[in-house]
Amino acid sequence: MVPLPFALPLAELEVGQHLYWQLGNLKIHGQVFISSWIVIGALLAVVVIGTRKLERDPGGVQNLLEFLWDYIRDLSREQIGEKAYRDWLPFIGTLFLFIFVSNWGGALIPWKLIHLPSGELGAPTADINTTIALALLVSLAYFYAGLSRKGFRYFEYYVEPTPIMLPFKIVEDFTKPLSLSFRLFGNILADELVVAVLAFLVPLVVPLPAMFLGLFTSAIQALIFATLAAYYIGEAVHEEHH
Amino acid sequence: MDSLTSAASVVAAGLAVGLGAIGPGIGQGTAAGGAVEGIARQPEAEGKIRGTLLLSLAFMEALTIYGLVVALVLLFANPFA
Repeated sequence: MVPLPFALPLAELEVGQHLYWQLGNLKIHGQVFISSWIVIGALLAVVVIGTRKLERDPGGVQNLLEFLWDYIRDLSREQIGEKAYRDWLPFIGTLFLFIFVSNWGGALIPWKLIHLPSGELGAPTADINTTIALALLVSLAYFYAGLSRKGFRYFEYYVEPTPIMLPFKIVEDFTKPLSLSFRLFGNILADELVVAVLAFLVPLVVPLPAMFLGLFTSAIQALIFATLAAYYIGEAVHEEHH
Repeated sequence: MDSLTSAASVVAAGLAVGLGAIGPGIGQGTAAGGAVEGIARQPEAEGKIRGTLLLSLAFMEALTIYGLVVALVLLFANPFA
């Protein structure tokens, strides 16, 4: 684990530098927890403020929340289907909002102003542990969705249309969380690295387009994660013959 | 890390990203070309085509990103160092 041999005024380029907290036998990455708590706090604050005085004719924060709700509902209804989407709406919505706010928070909040003894605050999703946790949650969710809706008939999915597919379907259960987590982690870290390297070469103006591209791809990555999670759940609850 | 391992890691990191960019590059070009054709034929479907295109481009980009993750592991968290 080597820090790069240069420092930047607003953001240091550090990969593999962490603020370690000791919890029993575990070493945990403190900076990821701090920034996740900030993200969770911000989301909770917005939701509480937006739903405190509900009005029939929404405006301001309530309007924003209703727009988000509509958006996430359409997304999950399209992927999961009319029958089961209502159960999974909160899960998909939480994933989408947490990842979206993490990605944008990591890019937009000047974290350098908060000084840590080691490591640096940033997007929680730029740490592989966060994304693997999210991806494993999705795995558990689709197994639970399939088993609770269909019982052991869920495993028929593994031998449909032919039993030859069985090994591929089993491998798929492992590659799904792997690709979900790597995609999100790689994209977010790559954005941060590109911006940091450009800012190191030319500190002014030039990194701006890369930053906008970064904001755009982080929003798309949040959408993709939520869409894929919904798609996997939809695949698990889907009834073949009716 | 001895110098042979670090040299090999740096070369391998470059190859991982460089080779990994070829396939998705071709794929993204094909997809974007198809989308432009679709919009030219049916301009009123532009919004829907754009949404689908962006989503599929991001999927293709993920393949390069896997190469990038391998490169980052080699550079910053090398298991052989």
